[in-house]
Amino acid sequence: MRAASTFFYRRPYWYVALLLVPPLLWFGTVYLGSLFALLAQSFYRIDDFTAQIVREPTLDTYRQLVTQPANVDIVLRTVSMAICVTIACAIIALPIAIYMARYASGRMKAFFYVGVMLPMWTSYLVKIYAWRLLLAKEGIIAWCFGKLGLTGLLETLLEAPGIGGPSLSSSYLGMFIVFVYMWLPFMILPMAAALERVPGSLLQASADLGARPSQTFRNVMLPLAVPGIAAGSVFTFSLTMGDYIIPSVVGAPGYFIGMMVYVQQGTAGNIPLAAAFSVVPIVLIFVYLGIARRFGAFDAL
Amino acid sequence: MPFKERYRPNKASWLVRAGAFAGLAFMHIPVFIIILYAFTTDDRTYRFPPPGLTLRWFEVAFGRADIWQSMSLSLLVAACATVIALILGTLAAFALARAKFPAKDSLTVLFVLPIALPGIITGIALLAAMKTLRVDPSVLTIILGHATFCTVIVYNNVIARLRRLPANWVEASMDLGADGLQTFRYVLLPQVATAFLAGGMLAFALSFDEIIVTIFTAGKERTLPIWFFNELFRPRDRPVTNVVAVIVIAVTLIPIVLAYYLTRPDDEHETAR
Repeated sequence: MRAASTFFYRRPYWYVALLLVPPLLWFGTVYLGSLFALLAQSFYRIDDFTAQIVREPTLDTYRQLVTQPANVDIVLRTVSMAICVTIACAIIALPIAIYMARYASGRMKAFFYVGVMLPMWTSYLVKIYAWRLLLAKEGIIAWCFGKLGLTGLLETLLEAPGIGGPSLSSSYLGMFIVFVYMWLPFMILPMAAALERVPGSLLQASADLGARPSQTFRNVMLPLAVPGIAAGSVFTFSLTMGDYIIPSVVGAPGYFIGMMVYVQQGTAGNIPLAAAFSVVPIVLIFVYLGIARRFGAFDAL
Repeated sequence: MPFKERYRPNKASWLVRAGAFAGLAFMHIPVFIIILYAFTTDDRTYRFPPPGLTLRWFEVAFGRADIWQSMSLSLLVAACATVIALILGTLAAFALARAKFPAKDSLTVLFVLPIALPGIITGIALLAAMKTLRVDPSVLTIILGHATFCTVIVYNNVIARLRRLPANWVEASMDLGADGLQTFRYVLLPQVATAFLAGGMLAFALSFDEIIVTIFTAGKERTLPIWFFNELFRPRDRPVTNVVAVIVIAVTLIPIVLAYYLTRPDDEHETAR
């Protein structure tokens, strides 16, 4: 044993190689192998008459994906939802991140960090279910609006074209709220981490030079928070792009990319189309990563 | 300039403060609501406020065989996935923490990819592979999928700790005459043990709660999240669903809280600024 350990200490490459063999075998076969199978499936097509998968390389499935207006709608709907959710998360997260990173100290800081971590790790499905209760027609939000005498306002909101629906739990507005809720911690934590690293002296210098607090915020704090926002936005964007549980539990009947993948592989049995659809978020996420990188997202992680 | 507007570094403006506390409340209210609803006497609607409170639904839920079956399947899967993830994730972290070699960056990306890409990609990719190889879905395929993303969690935890460890500790230990095994036993292990445990607990919680990948790999098997998901579309047993929601919160949060205390940075160090 001792000889072996000396052998490996003297030869770091051997040591690293030996350690890497099991995880690489697993990730190489199970994960990369699966991704490769997915890519391969997207180049097959389904025979319209026999409903069998034809295993010959073809671009038919992708052609179907980009030429059918319904499919293009799904992609556009998902991307706009992802962008709206990202913006809303950034706005709501900002005061929380600023407070926990710059102002709270000791107990209060710990309280905020735990307060953000706990909901983040609470069961994903249970949180969605909770929102179904909250958004239901006779649920708490409707009850609150009623108590405040604002039922009319809620109804006006739900009659709005595009975002409305018969009740909050079956409208895009409701779905949007749930998405924002679910991914909020993923925005707060990188943002707070980026703000933690802002040297206090910069803020003091800004104040000494005569800036009002709002000016310091706009011209010093906010630009320095950008890498954190970019890092967080990668999560909110990518998580919204890929989710299919939330749109199927809450919201209007329009399909999202994730739901399309799920439905196509399941009841429709069209694995090639499901595979082609799942390539869309991969491509979009890589594009988004490229943009986020320019804003310093990777330095903030 | 009025005195009030001077920059005060230790005092947040009321706007930031209100936004922060309102945001925190927004993040917690749904969880409290779920707990409240587990005790409601109303079994048909989501009416608020609940007409009355009862413990009856807990009794009903504990008597249900299907819930126990799904629960034990979920625990089994989480345990197996965690063990595999602890082995693979720790090996990968030790290999990549310090070494420098050409393909290192691509490997680092590979080991976080299952978390960076949306879960549905992992799910549909595994399904595509199973279809290609004509493998039937089973408990084994569920574990295969879970172990993959759980490995990432363990890897992240362990490598973060290893990177904070000063590089010369290992060298100092060896200079003082310890061999590789002793260095591992007395220098590396005590440092990494808590990160290892925390990673395992997070992996367990993640696996226990996972649905996005599981749906694709489970076939006819029903883990607790799948049971729960089906229940959302068949609202016959609404009160039982509420109770299971509370149980799931408890089972996932206990390991999470333990993991938090195991990896918590030193408080004094964090707050001294």
